[in-house]
Amino acid sequence: MNVPEGLKYTESHEWVRAEADGTLTVGITDHAQEALGDLVFIELPAVGRTAKAGEAIAVVESVKAASDIYAPVAGEVVSVNPDVVDAPEKVNTDAYANWLYKLKPANAGDVGALLDAAGYAKLAGEA
Amino acid sequence: MLKQTPLHAAHRAAGARMVDFGGWDMPVNYGSQIEEHHAVRRDAGMFDVSHMLAVDLGGSGARAFLRYALANNVDKITQPGKALYSCLLRPDGGVLDDLIVYFMREDWFRIVVNASTADKDLAWLKSLLAKRAPGLSLLPRRDLAMIAVQGPHAREKLWQALPGSRVATEALKAFFAAESGEFLVARTGYTGEDGFEITLPGLRAVALWDALSAAGVRACGLGARDTLRLEAGMNLYGQDMTEEETPLESGLAWTVDLVAPRDFVGKSALAAAPPTRRQVGLLLLDQGGVLRSHQKVVTANGDGEITSGTFSPTLGKSIALARVPTGVAAGDAVAVQVRNKELSARVVRPPFVRNGVVLVKE
Repeated sequence: MNVPEGLKYTESHEWVRAEADGTLTVGITDHAQEALGDLVFIELPAVGRTAKAGEAIAVVESVKAASDIYAPVAGEVVSVNPDVVDAPEKVNTDAYANWLYKLKPANAGDVGALLDAAGYAKLAGEA
Repeated sequence: MLKQTPLHAAHRAAGARMVDFGGWDMPVNYGSQIEEHHAVRRDAGMFDVSHMLAVDLGGSGARAFLRYALANNVDKITQPGKALYSCLLRPDGGVLDDLIVYFMREDWFRIVVNASTADKDLAWLKSLLAKRAPGLSLLPRRDLAMIAVQGPHAREKLWQALPGSRVATEALKAFFAAESGEFLVARTGYTGEDGFEITLPGLRAVALWDALSAAGVRACGLGARDTLRLEAGMNLYGQDMTEEETPLESGLAWTVDLVAPRDFVGKSALAAAPPTRRQVGLLLLDQGGVLRSHQKVVTANGDGEITSGTFSPTLGKSIALARVPTGVAAGDAVAVQVRNKELSARVVRPPFVRNGVVLVKE
């Protein structure tokens, strides 16, 4: 299972990268893309949208199923990745390079409470 | 404990993603469902369909029994090896299952039923036999495996993998089967492409699977099987037809023979209640999601519901089968409720794709 060190993870299978400018980059894990299968549609939130932690703000759909994507922490959406909207299959190719959106967290410390790589690998392994 | 087909270990070894399908541990894909789908449309793919159950009905009077038990008319099949698609109905017209019946000899018909309904079907047929034809035998053939080889190059690749099968099967017409040694090879399928469905002893399944693989046939999972059958406009039992609807409400009027002067289970119920709903195809025109089963369809004649929906790899668009009020016709504009949005779709007549050719216009 591909679970890079240095990222944070949610129990709902998002990965989160803390950037130097204080924003958080969010995508879905390799485990999630594999479970979903070939992705064919991605809907991302509007820039400027605020979300509570755990709120559904994006949707990814594979041939098989639709799946909500949640905000890992409370914050405001500051940018989205148009490349994955145009070509959802890129997430299947590399789930960590092809991010979905960037969030400016309401509280900088919240990200610390998310899972680390070892914690997520354990969770995904049991799933 | 999930049931396993004779090819189970081969699927695991090939890295298949497995799912519970009607109580069976089956491959949903071996990597990419979309690539498997394209392999069948463009070249050749194979599916393990051993979870389906072959049942042999034997004895004098088998035809007369099936004439009453099946909604389609078994008198349409009189040449050895000829196959017929039919629904098995409840007395109230609800669909118990859909099946293929092969005429082998007057005292031997082979019936192939769905995996998840097999126990229910057997119990139903046994109760019907006890009342109508207690002398007939009904033998479930769990000793048999089934492999579907589908695609424009499927037939030649089977002959490459199994040279001895060519003589018996080269002249087979669509919807006919022929015996080749221990194998029954039928020119049937569930993909909208040419090909064969091969029934064989379970112990021989791995060897055939490996030989087909060596001949360049791509292993395909149930995921691709679903997108292929939906593009081909074929129903899936449990989604597009259930015990709650009649075949006339599920696009299967062509399989119900109400004309011939024979009685069959469900006939009087079908004759007494003309359908108020019908099955149509939908093509999604808007971006904004994928059509899925249970989404609401808003039409000028009232609301309907999607029974199967997916992203069509061949069209690059989302398609669906839906049950709508009978006034809805091909060409109508409808709206589908996808999450919090209403997306535009057009009513079309299935199939969407046959033999690699897209049949619906944008």
